[in-house]
This record gives sequence, C-alpha cells and structure tokens, in this order.
Amino acid sequence: MTEPTESYVEVKDGAFKIRVLQAGTGTPLVFIHGAGGLFWDPLLAGLADRFAVTAPEHPGFGQSQGLEHVPDLWDLVLYYNELLDTLGIERATLVGHSFGGMVAAEIAANNPERVDRLVLIAPIGLWLDDHPVPDISGIPPADLPGLVFADPTGPVAASMPTPDPTDPEALLMAVNSLSSILQFIWPLPDKGLHKRLYRVKAPTLLVWGAQDRLVDPAYGPAFARAIAGARLEVIEGAGHVPQLEQPQATRAAIDNFLN
Amino acid sequence: MKSIFFHLMPYRDLPADFEQRYESVWVTPPNAELCDPVKVAQYYQWNLDELELADQLGFDGLGVNEHHQNAYGFMASPNLMAAALSRRTSSKSAILVLGNTLALYSPALRVAEEFAMLDCMTNGRLAAGFPVGTSMDVNRCYGITPTETRPRFYEAHDLIMRAWTQPGPFTYNGRFNQLRYVNPWPQPLQKPHPPVWLAGGGSVETWEMAVNHNYTYSYLSFFGYHFAKRLMDGFWETSERLGGTFNPYQAGFAQQICVAETDAKAKEQYLEHVAYFFSKCLHIPDYYFETPGYRTRRSAEFAIKTGQPGEIAKIASLEKNWDTLVDTGMIIAGSPATVADRLTEACKQLRVGNLIALLQIGSMPHELTKQNITLFAEGVLPKIRDLWSEDGYVHRWWPQGAEQPASAPAPVAGN
Repeated sequence: MTEPTESYVEVKDGAFKIRVLQAGTGTPLVFIHGAGGLFWDPLLAGLADRFAVTAPEHPGFGQSQGLEHVPDLWDLVLYYNELLDTLGIERATLVGHSFGGMVAAEIAANNPERVDRLVLIAPIGLWLDDHPVPDISGIPPADLPGLVFADPTGPVAASMPTPDPTDPEALLMAVNSLSSILQFIWPLPDKGLHKRLYRVKAPTLLVWGAQDRLVDPAYGPAFARAIAGARLEVIEGAGHVPQLEQPQATRAAIDNFLN
Repeated sequence: MKSIFFHLMPYRDLPADFEQRYESVWVTPPNAELCDPVKVAQYYQWNLDELELADQLGFDGLGVNEHHQNAYGFMASPNLMAAALSRRTSSKSAILVLGNTLALYSPALRVAEEFAMLDCMTNGRLAAGFPVGTSMDVNRCYGITPTETRPRFYEAHDLIMRAWTQPGPFTYNGRFNQLRYVNPWPQPLQKPHPPVWLAGGGSVETWEMAVNHNYTYSYLSFFGYHFAKRLMDGFWETSERLGGTFNPYQAGFAQQICVAETDAKAKEQYLEHVAYFFSKCLHIPDYYFETPGYRTRRSAEFAIKTGQPGEIAKIASLEKNWDTLVDTGMIIAGSPATVADRLTEACKQLRVGNLIALLQIGSMPHELTKQNITLFAEGVLPKIRDLWSEDGYVHRWWPQGAEQPASAPAPVAGN
C-alpha cells in the first residue's frame, strides 16, 4: 500500500493548522473525510497510484486546529477555497465520504470551476422525512456499528479504532473531534444543500452501500435527481463505509468513473 | 443565611419499571404515553400550593427554574410560575427564577422583557437567574448547535444587561441577535438591575463570569455536599485569583432535604420518594448528558483532567440505599435538629450563604411535601438563619423589594 506523507499546513496566516496526508503523482485529487476521521485506507492508497492525493483533516478534528474561524458552513466552504489556494491546487477531483461528501458537494456547488470530477460516497446533506439520518451523538455507542456496517460483527467493524476509555487525552480528542463535525450538521444535516446542488457542473458519481442504515440508500436517487447527469452505484454487502467493507467493488466503481 | 424553597416540579407518577422500559427521563420519554395532562393539572396546583405554603411559613425566597421535555422537572416556562406566584405571595419573599436558559431565546430580548415585567409585578422581589442550561435542554430539545451554547449565552447576557441599563432605543449588532431597535418597556424596577444569579455544574467559565461581573454562583448538584466541596472550592479559588472579596452570600448550594419528627421516621417516610428521584428522575444516558461541544474545549479539558466524569459516574453508580444517601450527603435527612446540624456543617464547609432547599423530591406526595416544608420552616430555618450574620457580611445579591430582617442594611443590587 502506498504510504502517505503527513504534514501540517497553515492556512490564513496560521489561523488554521491542518494535518494533511499526501501521496502519489498526477492530477490533483482531494479527499474529504467523514465523522469517523482521517485515516489512510485502501481506497486512498489505490487512488494514489494514479492521482496526486491530498487528504486534509477537518478543522478542529484530531490534531487539526481552526474550528473557531469557521462558525458556519459558508465559512467552511470559503476556508476550503483558501486551503486549496495554499496547497497550490487550482482544480481537483473531489472525493468526499459522509460529512466530507456534504462538504465536497458544497464546494462543487459554490466553485464549479475548481472541480474536475466529483465522487460522493454516502454523503449527508439532504433530508428525507421518511428516512431520517440518525443522531450519531444521541445513540448508545454500542449501537453505532449496527448503523455503520452491513456486518456489525465482522472484521471491518471490529477493526474500527475507539478511544481508550481510561485515557483522558484520547477521550478529550474524541469529544472535540465529534463536536467539530456537529457544528455543521446540528440538529439535522440539512443546511440547504438541495437549493445549491443545481450548480454542480462536474461529472458526478454517487456511491452507496446497499445496507447503509446511517444514511439510507434512498438518499442516492435524491442526490442523483438534484445533480444533472449524476451516476449512482450501489454496492452490495456494504453499509455506510463501502470503501472498507467492499473495497474492491467500491474501487472498481470509482476507477471506472474516473477513467 | 437565606433559605430558598426550590421546586423542580417533577412528574410524580412514573411507572415502577420506567427506568427499565425507557431510554431516558429527558428528551425522549414519550409524552402521549407517559405524561397525563390530567395529572399535570393536579401537580401544578400542588406545586404552587407548596410554594405558597413556603412563603407563608417564612422562607426567605421561592425558587423556580426552566427545563424541557422531561419528567425530572418540566417547568418549561418558569416565568409563568413566577407570574402566578407574584400575585399569591407576601411582600417578604424573594422570587428567584434560576432561571431563564438564555441561549434558547431568539432574540434574547424576550428574557429582558419578561424578567423586567416580573420585577415590576413583584415590586422588585425578582432575582434573575442566567443558567447556561443542560445539554438536554439546549442542544437536544431546542436544537442549539453544541458549540454555539456558550457564545449564545454570553451574547444574550450582554444584550440583556444593556437592554436593562442603557436608555433605549439603541442598536444591537450581535452574531445571534441583530436588532435595529432595542427599547424594552419596561426596564426593571430594581436599579441598576435585578441581582443576577448564575448556576453551574463546575464550568470554569461560569466561575469566572460570576466573579468578574459580581454575580452569585450556585452549585446545583444531586451528588451531595461532600462532592460539591471541591467544586465550590474551585469557585472560591477563582474568586481569590481574580481579586474578588469573600462573601458567603455570593454563593448558593442546592440540597435535597427530608425532615421528619425523628431520624427513623425520615427514612420510613421519604426513602421511597428519594429512591424514585435517583432511579427515575436522573435516568439520563451519558450521550444525552453532554453533547460533544456543549462544554467549551477548556472546560471539557478541565473536567476530564480532574476526573469529574469518573467521580460522578462513581457516585451515580452507588446503590441508593438510605445509609449511602445520607453518608454521602446526597440527602440531608432526619429530625429538625439533625437536619439543622448537618446543614450548618455543609454550608460552613462550602462557605455558602444561600441554601436552595429541595423539599419536594421525586414522587413525594403533596401531604408529605407540606410536612417537609412545615417541619423545615418551624424546626430548621430558625436554627440556620443566623449562620453568617455574626460575621458582618452583607447580602448584596438579594432582591431589593424582598423584605430584609431588621438588622440587615438595605442592599444594592449588582455591586
């Protein structure tokens, strides 16, 4: 697996200090992670075979700083513009997962000129009354694997890192990290994206796990209807993180689209 | 020493297996299934009767507060209760609304208006409580973004204080409150404004705010005065660090109290209702109790590094038998003499001059609550009233319109 380099990038005169993972050469591809956090997985390693992959950590998540400078979603979209400028990335393929998919879609709607192609893996950002997205901070932690994974007792679910309950620093970081995501999706992850998706001009692929119980697959057609020409691929045997539960099928779908 | 009869207004008839059948007492207990408005109509009458009885029996103050969507204490609007009390209580007792959850109101000018109305209606007997509110209320029930809890609270506080003290109309340009015209009718009767009471569960920022603005700080906990000691010490240390002057009347402490003719009778009469409170009314899952972002990063760090969650969990997990409850100080119970002794010890230990006495607890029925209030007023209150009076401290945070004991000089709110 291609190993990334890790660095800290300062944005807006040091207001933000962002952990960034990078690997590969080629045209730029930016990956935006979800509430599970930023880690190098087989999908990113595979993409780094063909692209210059850049995966920044969300401000306020993990070791990355600057949440106080992005009080709302509009500020976050502008921050990403600033980050891309800082990294010297004029245009890129955007890949976003879950919350990161919502952010990627917002960027693609706000700055269509900066996005070559858009891949959204189980994005949040729309709301269907018949399929409410669960409150991820309002359920027993033990219930989370059942929402996230097609196989909640399988090896992928078991390999997910959880903070050590006896380690205060780890607990604090977990609380702070989740709060940095909740800031943009509270109390419901519907901040008006449906009004803006018509502006997405990049060819778009939507990838959904057929057994996604966190963001119901019904959201796939809803996104597909809102983005002209979007293609939807549903991956069997996968929940909310198809790139981990069905890495080959997910990679094939994305490779096929990006070729 | 000021004694305030404080009413949480709980649901008194939850099913016996409530905590086994339902996830939480707060946020999600299904209303149509569990909350019978016919019963609630009766509770509200009892609650107000109990508050009025406390007034008649000579309590210094009556306290009400705000919570939402729960069976623990469902006074969604404490101002409605305070308004009812304003017409049915004597001119002697202060009415302490502890308080209005500032972050919930948009614009927060509403709080300035309603408190000013209450101050006029009570002839200056109002103490204005400004709590941050629980995460259940603020984030879950009212949908406020967790990381906006404190920013909204501070901005609301700023707007209200200006609305009360600065001649209107003026313009307010805040992040959450943008008002071209701030000009509330009326401004409060008390000048410069009603005394402000803060309440908290151990947030560093709240201690600092109380000291910096010269407000009272009350620790509201159900884990007893032994546990409260470290948190109140934290407040007093903060006060010293920021150059405050020690005055016990700047601090309050909430305590559950059960008074009977004898110690043995207290256990016999009250255990069931106290057990109901601890097993049902505090049946709140961790994930509701503190939404990530509700505490500031600074306070979250302080809490985690000083082991607060662990200590609370340890106390919360204790079996709530009578001896444990009494030994830990979660309740102070017994004959009037026993209760007076332990309250004196607790208030001296914590160095507080305001006792927020919780005398209706859990399922405690109306008649027993009246007994508790009466025995407290007759047998305990006279023994603790003079606790701090010999030391010459002046209560500068008591509402100007509430009658003071003859020996005390007239207070000035604020400073």
